Amino acid sequence: MTSLPLTLGFEFFKIGLFAIGGGPATLPFLMDLTKTHDWYTMSDLTNMVAVSEATPGPLGLNMATFAGVEAMGIWGGLVASIGLVIPSVIIITLIAKFLEGFNDNPIVKSAMFGIKPAVTGIIAAAVLNLFIVSLYIDGKFIVPSAIIAVVIFVCLQIKKFAKIHPFFWFAAAAAVGIVFKL
Amino acid sequence: MKELMQLYWAFFRIGGLTFGGGLTMLPMLKYELVEKKKWIDEDTLLECYAIGQCTPGIIAVNTATFVGYRRRGVWGGIFSTLGMITPSLVIITTIALVLQNFMDYAVVQHALVGIRGAVCALMMNTVINLGKKSLNKVVTWVLCIGMFALAWLTDIPTIALVLAAALVGIIYNKFPGGMMHHD
Repeated sequence: MTSLPLTLGFEFFKIGLFAIGGGPATLPFLMDLTKTHDWYTMSDLTNMVAVSEATPGPLGLNMATFAGVEAMGIWGGLVASIGLVIPSVIIITLIAKFLEGFNDNPIVKSAMFGIKPAVTGIIAAAVLNLFIVSLYIDGKFIVPSAIIAVVIFVCLQIKKFAKIHPFFWFAAAAAVGIVFKL
Repeated sequence: MKELMQLYWAFFRIGGLTFGGGLTMLPMLKYELVEKKKWIDEDTLLECYAIGQCTPGIIAVNTATFVGYRRRGVWGGIFSTLGMITPSLVIITTIALVLQNFMDYAVVQHALVGIRGAVCALMMNTVINLGKKSLNKVVTWVLCIGMFALAWLTDIPTIALVLAAALVGIIYNKFPGGMMHHD
């Protein structure tokens, strides 16, 4: 067994290497980690997503930092985010240096043709898992959370509201929770 | 060194002032890099973006590395990336540590009942937007639903699923009438 910082860094290195599609694509990997390590639980993950969406910075980077802090405090956040970006820095530098027209390459195009819809499906499964941990707590279905989810989701489908900053929805939802003592 | 620090601070501002990452960062990147600093033109930015999306990792970080490399080589890429991750590190670490201490308060618990609902709504919306972009042909639907089922029902690691999908894409396009001339 290697030391915790090394394990943490390596796990996020792997996420950086295989999560194609940016921030949301890291979510299934973060869920995998709840099965293999006891750094955080599935219900912690809901808070991590909320904070990461509501604060500045790329979603994937925020979630990785949060997960790292949960695992081993301040240094954990640093180790996880550095681990996450190392593959990017290496791969992009190589592409910028050697591979002109990388994304017009037929093999890359073919692989992406398969990866894009698959990642959508994999993220959908992760989000379904997130619903379950967010809405079923200690075996009980949390009706107020579900109602808030439906109301916000419907609002997001209206063009005028779609551009509203996520922070607003979190603030409004938190206010409703506090005012009605949900 | 001066230009490396300029790269660092430019991406520090981008990381600290944009929310969400991915596509939502494009306007801010365009403002800082194309209009204000004139480091790259818009076509190069869009090329960076296209590459950032079909390579592993966080799209914003990939774009930072690419632009930094174009300006100042390997160190340019590293400084840009460090600039991009610094605001996240500071903000998220602070919030995570504060939250750990306040988790047990009744007010926080009430707020979380609301916030969990909001997370569900926003993530559902993310999935739908991804679907709109990635699902157009029958085969993409089959892949999406198949991978959804595998991810949901089995313990196969996500890495294996992504690699399998890449392989399916490559094999599929070997067949005559394979797809992507339409893309």
